[in-house]
Amino acid sequence: MNSEAKSHYHILPLRTYITVAGALMVLTVVTVAVSFVNLGGWNAVTAVFIAAVKASLVALFFMHLKYDKKINAVVFLMAILFLAIFLSFTFFDILSRGDIYSEVEKSIKGKAVIYDTMPFDSKSAGHDDSLTVENNEP
Amino acid sequence: MNTMPEKHYLNEKRGWKSWLFTLDHKRIGILYLYGIMAAFLVGGVFAMLVRLELLHPGRDLMDAKTYNQFFTLHGAVMIFLFIIPSIPAALGNFVLPQMLGAKDVAFPKLNLASWYIYVVGALVAIYSIYAGGVDTGWTFYTPYSTTTSTSVVAMTLGAFILGFSSIFTGLNFIVTIHKMRAPGMTWFKMPLFIWGLYATAIIQVMATPVLGITLLLLIMERVLAVGIFDPAMGGDPVLFQHFFWFYSHPAVYIMILPGMGIISELIATFSQKKIFGYKAIAFSSLAIAFISFLVWGHHMFVSGQSQLASMIFSFLTFLVGIPSGIKVFNWVATMYKGIIRFDTPMLYALAFLFLFTIGGLTGIFLGTLATDVHLHDTYFVVAHFHYVMMGGTVMAFLGGIHFWWPKMWGRMFNKKWALLSWLLIFIGFNMTFFTQFILGTKGMPRRYYNYLDQYQPLHAFSSYGSWVLGLGFLIMAVYLFYSIKRGPVAGNNPWGSLTFEWKSSSPPPVANFETEPILKHGPYDYDKIIPERTYS
Ligand SMILES: [Cu+2]
Repeated sequence: MNSEAKSHYHILPLRTYITVAGALMVLTVVTVAVSFVNLGGWNAVTAVFIAAVKASLVALFFMHLKYDKKINAVVFLMAILFLAIFLSFTFFDILSRGDIYSEVEKSIKGKAVIYDTMPFDSKSAGHDDSLTVENNEP
Repeated sequence: MNTMPEKHYLNEKRGWKSWLFTLDHKRIGILYLYGIMAAFLVGGVFAMLVRLELLHPGRDLMDAKTYNQFFTLHGAVMIFLFIIPSIPAALGNFVLPQMLGAKDVAFPKLNLASWYIYVVGALVAIYSIYAGGVDTGWTFYTPYSTTTSTSVVAMTLGAFILGFSSIFTGLNFIVTIHKMRAPGMTWFKMPLFIWGLYATAIIQVMATPVLGITLLLLIMERVLAVGIFDPAMGGDPVLFQHFFWFYSHPAVYIMILPGMGIISELIATFSQKKIFGYKAIAFSSLAIAFISFLVWGHHMFVSGQSQLASMIFSFLTFLVGIPSGIKVFNWVATMYKGIIRFDTPMLYALAFLFLFTIGGLTGIFLGTLATDVHLHDTYFVVAHFHYVMMGGTVMAFLGGIHFWWPKMWGRMFNKKWALLSWLLIFIGFNMTFFTQFILGTKGMPRRYYNYLDQYQPLHAFSSYGSWVLGLGFLIMAVYLFYSIKRGPVAGNNPWGSLTFEWKSSSPPPVANFETEPILKHGPYDYDKIIPERTYS
């Protein structure tokens, strides 16, 4: 078991380390530069994307995931997959929090219009069922 | 006549040190068992007090503040201290290496560490009771949990620590299952309990860190006033629910999946029949584990979550019904034309089938958007949850306890008392919780201290049921503890089961097996071999 584990040791040339470190620096500069451009919601997407690329570089080369057994890569990707599920499903909610579907919207707006155009009558204001019955239909 | 082996894991070494510093997975399993039994007792007493208070509207024996703390403690203790570690950490620890034909788990020291972390987490949780208690419910929802003056920080810190114990156990099991199976035991010759524990371990490792993050964020907001969930500081209170349920929905499968594994063992053993659809049961465990990560929003249909998200979560929730249904049908098909023996563990397996099916199907009501608006936060949810968790997991746990009890101690409990206790628990459970389905559909909100007079008869009936239930558990505690020292000697294989753990002596030797076991037949080959029962 030990000898098998030893054969997996992999020593990378210094060049590779320096190249990867350089790439990380460049990507950091890009992240900062992009933050000055207003892309709306895409600013966050770009930042997270660049961060993900940087993290992958670290995992692949500095942490030797690239030269390890494939199963370790699978485990690593699983963790990312579940994080992606968490973020994307939460954004299904957050990005459409206030949205109302057209059928629902129609009935709400319809009601509002009728109330707006009715002459105000203090006796029936808000409490008279006859006013709202016909508007309950979608 | 059966005789006890001379040397076994219980008497090889003696004294409290040999227990507190043990690395033997069987002893650690027993340590966990004592821990969770204590937690179950404490959580149960809180439940009985809550039911007692609800006997009549208005004050019976405690004020509303105390009541809020009691139901919170009932929930928090039962979830974090009892049900999550119950099957994996107690029974799983004891059984898993034996079932695999291994000497121990892969990391025995990590295993012991997980128990100590469990104890520390439990102590921190108990400290929170001294420090003012918690009244948020076990879900710690914001904004209340960030504003209440009770000791939310201590309790959440306790849950945070307990999470590590759960992760360690899961990690240990994954490595053990991958690396330490006996020669000849391929993946598809593993007992189904192992598959259940494997799926559970994946969820433990993948989801529990998110609970840790959630509780830390909560503590950060409370202590450091960092705006995460409070809108006044730019936060989002619904975000807390996303975080919380991303862990806590999969967590209910941490609770139920190993239970389903036990049921597979029990039904095959006591029907003396090859399990029907082995692969379907194994893969449905993995399918449940995966789908469980995609449905958490079904707890949030009325929280202000967007309609689009609610529709997606509702749809995905229905999918859970498919693998669950596959399992139930396979168990029933296994019993068909089997030689069924109604021993105590089998009685609990049958109770599981009946109660879990009710619990599962009422989950569909709650996963449906329109009905959920009516049923949300009513007693219907409480009843559904207890049918799944108590009618499901706890029944499976009790079945497993009775099944492996003679293996743990080498002695058999009294079956007549066991039958009586089973009857009381089954009847008491249904009295307590079926009533709550009706209460819920009539609009009784959950967690309320006071209620309208019209609900009184049903509330009272539910409370009477809790007494029957309590009596059943009391009897069980007495005959189980009595049997440890004085029960009749059970022999190596009292139930006539084919899995590995029954090949060694009862109680097993320290190294589990006298010689290295080699797999000669599958775990459910009752069509080829009918092993002799050493006790009847
Ligand atoms: Cu859920």
